[in-house]
Amino acid sequence: MGLISSYRMRLRRRYWRVRAFRRRRQLSVVRDRTRDIRPGAILSFSTMRNERTRLPYFLDYYRKMGVEQFLIVDNGSDDGTRDYLADQPDVSVWTTNGSYAKSAFGVDWLNWLMRQHAHRHWCLTVDVDEFLVYPFCDTRPLRALTDWLDASQIRSFGSMLLDMYPKGPLGAQPYHEGQNPFDIAAWFDSANYMFQLNPTYGNLWIQGGVRARAFFGDTPKKAPALNKVPLVKWRKEFVYVSSTHALLPRGLNLTYDAEGGEKTTGVLLHAKFLSLFVDRAAEEATRSEHYRDGDEYRTYAGGIDVNADLWCKWSERYINWRQLEILGLISKGNWA
Amino acid sequence: MTLGFVLLVHTAFDRAEQVARYFALNDCPVVIHVDGKVRQRTFRDFRARFKDEPKIRFCRRSRVEWGKWSLVRATQVASERLLSLFPDVRHVFLASGSCLPLRPVAELRDYLSTHSETDFIESVTTDQVTWTVDGLEAERFTLRFPFSWRKNRRLFDFYVRFQRRIGLTRRIPEGVSPHLGSQWWCLTRRTLESILQAPDRVQIDAYFSRVWIPDESYFQSLARRFSTTIESRSLTLSKFDIQGKPHIFYDDHQPLLERSDCFVARKIWPRADRLYQTFLDDTRPQARRSEPNPGKIDRVFSKANERRGQGRRGLYSQARFPAPGLENGLTCARYNVFSGLEDLFEDFQPWLARRLGGRVHGHLYHPDRAQFAGGETVMNGCISDSASLRDYRPEQFLTNLMWSTRGERQSFFFGPNDRPEIGPFMARDPNATLVIVTGAWAVPLHTSNAEFEEVKAEAARLQRAELAFLRELRLPGTAARLHLWNLADFIAQPVEKIQNFMQEITGPSPQRLTELPPMRDLSGFPAFLQKLRNAGMKPQVMGDFDGR
Repeated sequence: MGLISSYRMRLRRRYWRVRAFRRRRQLSVVRDRTRDIRPGAILSFSTMRNERTRLPYFLDYYRKMGVEQFLIVDNGSDDGTRDYLADQPDVSVWTTNGSYAKSAFGVDWLNWLMRQHAHRHWCLTVDVDEFLVYPFCDTRPLRALTDWLDASQIRSFGSMLLDMYPKGPLGAQPYHEGQNPFDIAAWFDSANYMFQLNPTYGNLWIQGGVRARAFFGDTPKKAPALNKVPLVKWRKEFVYVSSTHALLPRGLNLTYDAEGGEKTTGVLLHAKFLSLFVDRAAEEATRSEHYRDGDEYRTYAGGIDVNADLWCKWSERYINWRQLEILGLISKGNWA
Repeated sequence: MTLGFVLLVHTAFDRAEQVARYFALNDCPVVIHVDGKVRQRTFRDFRARFKDEPKIRFCRRSRVEWGKWSLVRATQVASERLLSLFPDVRHVFLASGSCLPLRPVAELRDYLSTHSETDFIESVTTDQVTWTVDGLEAERFTLRFPFSWRKNRRLFDFYVRFQRRIGLTRRIPEGVSPHLGSQWWCLTRRTLESILQAPDRVQIDAYFSRVWIPDESYFQSLARRFSTTIESRSLTLSKFDIQGKPHIFYDDHQPLLERSDCFVARKIWPRADRLYQTFLDDTRPQARRSEPNPGKIDRVFSKANERRGQGRRGLYSQARFPAPGLENGLTCARYNVFSGLEDLFEDFQPWLARRLGGRVHGHLYHPDRAQFAGGETVMNGCISDSASLRDYRPEQFLTNLMWSTRGERQSFFFGPNDRPEIGPFMARDPNATLVIVTGAWAVPLHTSNAEFEEVKAEAARLQRAELAFLRELRLPGTAARLHLWNLADFIAQPVEKIQNFMQEITGPSPQRLTELPPMRDLSGFPAFLQKLRNAGMKPQVMGDFDGR
């Protein structure tokens, strides 16, 4: 990490800040409750579109974990998502009809909001289908984790995506509002993940899991990235650079240990593969608003239908974080 | 006989109040030192809460910095005040605002009254321990430390090295023998008064104020000077992690803390409601009581430190991605790789599976697909047999397979027809046992019905691949256990050789190898080699078949 590369990263960070700044006008406020944010509160940031069905469980899950305020960008929903969010006592909502792809998949919008509101707060940036699981999450609230990270002078917490899926056809068990999605999508792949160092940002590039196994068997390089850094003690000079896969400055991406030890990490259980997904995949493939012009969704649209079954006989059924720890997917590190 | 507490508080005032009141309620006087960094208003509010409580008093505040003399200074001031305000205090217990008594104070008092002349202070000589994070033990007492370790680490390190090189040292005052130990102690009035009223205290304090982390050495060294009976252990249960900061206790540690039988623990997470509720309630049912035994908790925390420091061998994950050379073991378990034997013997794989047990795969690195045992398309851990997925990260394919089949012996075949990228990795891996009969791939070729030109081209291709693999095995850094013969040597005494490597894999067994799978017919093999030679190819890896 020489001077030149540091300077290049600085320029790149400025580039993302300028992007965020330029797209700030795309956001119009629906409900602003950011005055209620107490110093030290844990905040959550998300972008979403037509997620009315998933919302109640999502908000409930993170409220119970200890998130105090949600800051959400609604990207042109037409199913009542916006009104539902505006009615919640702890949610601030902005809306936009701008292009999701052109705002770097929501990154620009969130970078702007975080710069405004997240300084010195622990921030959880998650999609509506991502559910954080960290060591001891069944007995210790999120505040215990962030307090410990503070005491250890750690600024960011890595959590890879763990794709969950149901046993049997995707369409067989319809998801209804308020339900725990992992009652249906209870299964995951335990040990087919592939890791590679990304020299640009210093993060680990993780691929694999059920999506690589079922959809990208012939084109593994195109398999979606699973590495994420969703929980960060935010400062206004920080930026996310590609979804929540990587941040700048680069030090925030070092959520793994390169000397043989293990750092404390969690997972984001990914409730993507529900009955809702089948219709969604077709729609998103034509919208081309996702990464690589929705390539990923086009792959699904080709390979997936209501009768698709992602389950195989070595699939693991999700029990709790301890199981994930034993399987080596997450680690307690030195948090005991 | 009374027990008094000195409480150092800088945050979590509600919890400190709770604990202080609990002590006072149990007839133990408390003197609280509040950090000078705390805002005056906060301090006044906090002090006002105790107006009605004559047993809880405050002392003069001073700014306390971690690892600095100010911490000892604060302790001295508070102890002096406690001793003068409460003349009937016989033992003084130093605690912090994040300490929590695990057993009723009455029990602690009883325990101390049966040890009325004993000082409980961890105090070990610097010659005999290596226990500190920074590696400075004896040098804490002989070097100077004008720069902050936290804020100016580089300057700190530089100045330490500089003093070492020049040979600068400080003189240790008369009567002080350097000892280190936990900051949290319980001293008798006699010892503490001797320390605080020593005629040469000014000189001693001046010396210790320049010692590195004096709160771990001041009382620990001086107790040795004045005490008659020292129990060198702390009554406060406090564990440190590899960064040198204390482990924190949460609600889910309750059973562990109960079983430890220690009197006081730190650090408690201020929001651990259940811990405070349980342990400050003296009416809770009492379990059998014994001497403090922090061993069980020790194990939990030393395991955590090990997890952070060494990690799990052979695991590659989002938490552990060691740089090359720092893996501490490339894979998590031993495995066996066979090359050539399956070409030489008929039905070798099922025979091997019967003999070895565990999982005997086919060619895992076959160009078409990974040939998992039993023709499976998916293996443990949902590892796919797709060749492109495997070849995308060939090493992680193997480490993943090993990780997800922990506890079961894995064996597979690997030949010159397979994807070669994994070769160097296996050669470097001490967990690999490689059993190689070079040139055996030619055995099925020589009975092949294909055109001779094709056979020759195939033989040349395979030989090139095998030679490349053999070169990799000869590189420095090869750590695999190697059993390597050429075909001619091997078929001279096959039973003995097989017996040999089987014993290494399965461990010594008294059974002699009796049945072998039938060997393929080699009668036409020397002629086949000659034919290759005549056609212009040079068979190098089969060994010498000329005498047959």
